Amino acid sequence: MLHTLSIGELGLALVRKEISSVELVRHFLARIERLNPALNALITVTPERALAAAAEADRRRAAGEKGPLLGIPLIHKDIFCTDGVRTSCGSRMLDNFIAPYDATVVTRLEAAGAVMLGKANMDEFAMGSSNETSYYGPVKNPWDPRKVPGGSSGGSAAATAARLAPFATGTDTGGSIRQPAALTGITGIKPTYGRVSRYGMIAFASSLDQAGVFARTAADAAPVLQAMSGFDPRDSTSIDTPVPDYAATLDAPLKGLKIGLLREFFDGLEARNAALIRDAIEVYRGLGAETVEVSLPHLPLSVPTYYVVAPAECSSNLSRFDGVRFGYRCENPKDLTDLYERSRGEGFGPEVKRRIMTGTYVLSAGYFDAYYLKAQKVRRLITDEFRAAFTQVDLLIGPTTPTPAFDIGAKLEDPVTMYLNDIYTIGANLAGLPGMSLPCGFLDGLPMGLQLIGPHFSEAKLLNAAHRYQLETGWHARSPAGYET
Amino acid sequence: MSLTRQDVEKIAHLARLSITEQEMPVYVTSLSSIVNFVDELSRVPTGAVEPMAHPLDGQQQRLRADVVSETDQREKYQSNAPAVQAGLYVVPRVIE
Repeated sequence: MLHTLSIGELGLALVRKEISSVELVRHFLARIERLNPALNALITVTPERALAAAAEADRRRAAGEKGPLLGIPLIHKDIFCTDGVRTSCGSRMLDNFIAPYDATVVTRLEAAGAVMLGKANMDEFAMGSSNETSYYGPVKNPWDPRKVPGGSSGGSAAATAARLAPFATGTDTGGSIRQPAALTGITGIKPTYGRVSRYGMIAFASSLDQAGVFARTAADAAPVLQAMSGFDPRDSTSIDTPVPDYAATLDAPLKGLKIGLLREFFDGLEARNAALIRDAIEVYRGLGAETVEVSLPHLPLSVPTYYVVAPAECSSNLSRFDGVRFGYRCENPKDLTDLYERSRGEGFGPEVKRRIMTGTYVLSAGYFDAYYLKAQKVRRLITDEFRAAFTQVDLLIGPTTPTPAFDIGAKLEDPVTMYLNDIYTIGANLAGLPGMSLPCGFLDGLPMGLQLIGPHFSEAKLLNAAHRYQLETGWHARSPAGYET
Repeated sequence: MSLTRQDVEKIAHLARLSITEQEMPVYVTSLSSIVNFVDELSRVPTGAVEPMAHPLDGQQQRLRADVVSETDQREKYQSNAPAVQAGLYVVPRVIE
């Protein structure tokens, strides 16, 4: 039952030589082989590479090295470049792309001794909230195979919830870690913009993209975020500020913590969802936290703001896919324009093309001021309101999603309805703030998430607040039926 | 505001995306609904608010020393290319 153990427990078993990393990796590879065909959570499995890396981790340990992730398996979202391994980004465009270098996130986790089992399925180029836009087909939610796992990091979330790995990496541009973490009943953290390097992470919207962690608990997420975080000269927006010891403050008491209840998050919130959040607030009050109601009047505009800014940046970033230097190329192009247009038209899926065209439109002559510049101004208004709120409170609390996981296919035809799924998560991306989702109960048998948002570089406080909540509650310990053994 | 088929054809051309006959009506409808949705922003008074391009204000783009930091890996990079010849990327004839 190695897959039921926490990262801390696995580390202890490795230290005591009760197991080796090779045995651990074999266990999880066998689970992937048995359970992944029904879930479709992984695009690529890398067993030989994983076993070699596990043997190396065992050698490092025998040579006296220590570390909380040494020999612990993980799954990377297929948005992170992995040298010599296909890196598809969930797209036909990169179906044949073998990354020629490692993302900094991959390098850092490898240096910490973590062992990659494979690459997780995802919405194409991280554009989606349901993992249905993947070229490799939808991922199933382990709690109910008819439901989506959320997106865009749906494969990472489903794999972690199904115990196919103790943790997984993800990226969050508008909620792509927090929303799938909520819908699959696990813990997800998106750190401050600039905290984790974006080098080698295939770009969607560069002013919003940030890498983060999926794990079952905050205590498990802490050492992973620790290993991933820090300055990287290869990312021009990486922030050169020290990374605190997240484990050191996990248990800190919460007495006197000021938690802001965001009025805009509770307005119109479905009653049963609101009740779960209020229960969680009671847990925090029981731990000595104080609550204050705060209001961010411009926050409801975060979704339209995002759907101007993100597509604009996406249309620019994805212009590099031209069918010339790497990626998909159409058959028999009649001239260079035909090569560009058909390689892109055939290589990208419907949602990616929709976002590229939205972005092209809002950046085009005559519309730039009305849409793009306007959205950047509203983005500042939203950000300023967050900053003002954090002069009064330490953390903001609210739901992660408006509803539990929805049916596969239910929202695919109507992009705006799909976009509104991220109504509670997008604000943190616009303002570059760290956010977290943790399991806080169930609706209709499906897990729901509690969201915590903190000021810039407050990851230690978020992990601390999440960990204390998880010491008082058992929601994070629930496992979807069929995945316990 | 509604987008026409001609609008979408123009946008697709600017984005260098071929759109099939089958896809076209879907994009006319869905792009129109997205544009309508984001039009909500036009009602927000923003006066002299300065546009925000970077989530962490005051961050300067760093410059690095002008020294060689990358080694030549042309062969490795070109192994991903759809068509190469003699170390060059091959595309259809551009000049007749």
